[in-house]
Amino acid sequence: MDSFNIMFIVLAVIIASCSVLTVVSRSIMRSATYLFFTLLGTAGLYFLMGYTFLGAVQVMVYAGGIIVLYVFAILLTRGTQDKLSENTKNKIVMSALLSLVGLGIFVYIILKQNFMELLSQPGNLALTAPDESVMTMSQIGQNMLSSAEGGYILPFEAVSVLLLACIVGSLLIARKR
Amino acid sequence: MFDFSVISQWLHTLLLSFLPEWATILVESVIVALVIITLYAVFAIVLIYMERKICGFFQCRLGPNRVGKWGLLQVFADVFKMLQKEIIKMRQTDRFLHDLAPFFVVTASMVTFACLPWNKGGHMIDFNIGIFFILAVSSVSVVGILLAGWGSNSKYPIIGAMRSGAQIISYELSIGLTMLTVICLTGTMQISEIVQQQSELGWNIFRGHLPMVIAFIIYLIAGNAECNRGPFDLPEAESELTAGYHTEYSGMHFGYFYLAEYLNLFISAGIATTVFLGGWAPLHISGLDGFNGVMDAVPGIVWFLGKTFFVVFLLMWERWTLPRLRIDNILTLEWKYLMPISMLNLVLMALLVAYGLYF
Repeated sequence: MDSFNIMFIVLAVIIASCSVLTVVSRSIMRSATYLFFTLLGTAGLYFLMGYTFLGAVQVMVYAGGIIVLYVFAILLTRGTQDKLSENTKNKIVMSALLSLVGLGIFVYIILKQNFMELLSQPGNLALTAPDESVMTMSQIGQNMLSSAEGGYILPFEAVSVLLLACIVGSLLIARKR
Repeated sequence: MFDFSVISQWLHTLLLSFLPEWATILVESVIVALVIITLYAVFAIVLIYMERKICGFFQCRLGPNRVGKWGLLQVFADVFKMLQKEIIKMRQTDRFLHDLAPFFVVTASMVTFACLPWNKGGHMIDFNIGIFFILAVSSVSVVGILLAGWGSNSKYPIIGAMRSGAQIISYELSIGLTMLTVICLTGTMQISEIVQQQSELGWNIFRGHLPMVIAFIIYLIAGNAECNRGPFDLPEAESELTAGYHTEYSGMHFGYFYLAEYLNLFISAGIATTVFLGGWAPLHISGLDGFNGVMDAVPGIVWFLGKTFFVVFLLMWERWTLPRLRIDNILTLEWKYLMPISMLNLVLMALLVAYGLYF
């Protein structure tokens, strides 16, 4: 049991308990706060694995962007006084069905990875020490803009066009007539 | 130049000699955390005293001068007063979120504080993505401010929080773009490497000349706005909103906001020092070897603190000279002036780097 495993367990407990609290919490603002902790815990996992860039992006985009956006939206729409809609029978059945399908896919993927077999081999049990050199910044940049095999230029540009479309769309909605 | 990593290496080997590895890391983490918290408190006291004195001089007053010689004990008296105050409970608020909010703000500020390079080898958090990490973590404090506004269940705090959110998110863009300009020149994001490079090749503000000076000025403006300080202190504009988002806080919960505000000022100045003014790197003039030798004899931490407090003074000067802006003026300044200028500046820097026109 070394420090990485201890940290992993701490983070896992935080993520799991905060995810549950996000869903069961009555107040929408508390849900947003618990979601924030969940996302920070995920960022912590990335840092633990040595993917510092991914961890910082997680904090920047989700904590600094998405959660602030949620809180802003809640503040602007007086969401705190909104009531939950009635649970009709149809709705309960549909959500139960969807949840079960999601759970099924999730369990199938986990079982397909043969984690138990990998763990049973000696030496695989412990997490390895974090190593910042897993993926350096310049490698990420090169891959992002390379058109060679395994390059990400097409998705990168597609996302740029999508974001541009979003900006134009929001300007169109917000313009003064 | 004295390398602080000698001491940290010695401590590490000493602890490893009688403790297992995980316990060593735990003990070291606790030591580092204690050091951060102590430094945080000490710098807060220094900065509050400095602010009150400088504010006094700018307004042709004397500033605090009753408690102790030159009012030196005034801040300690204030701290003890604040520690004794009752933490009030309000009805019809979410106690949990209301009490949690100051900790978000103070934690975000402490983590960024830990990223500063104090001396050669004397840095606490040093990732390969250093600057990006600072930008990411400092954005957490917005959540704290918004929660404080919402959790207070009162009109003034919520207006303050909304203003603060809009302002911080806007000015983060300029800060991000100026940091990109710097990274364009340095080619690395790791803070220790940026400073090491500057100690060998000269400070970035001289190496990158024109675009770097523009970036430095934009950073000084945007940095003041990020800390919610005048002329951008709309979120806590005392003449319109009482105290803005922390109106309903008392005792040490208010104290955390107050601490974070002053330390954010110090952190802004520290980052400006790190990326533009060479961090702990001494001033070197090529050709004057005797002069350079004397400059090398001054310890790195003195250089760092000296430059940082110089930038803090610049920021305080800015605060106490200019009148407060209106919210639409603030957003116009950012979106129509600062952001386009910093984008053009980034392109200019890229051209300079591409053609090798830097020192």
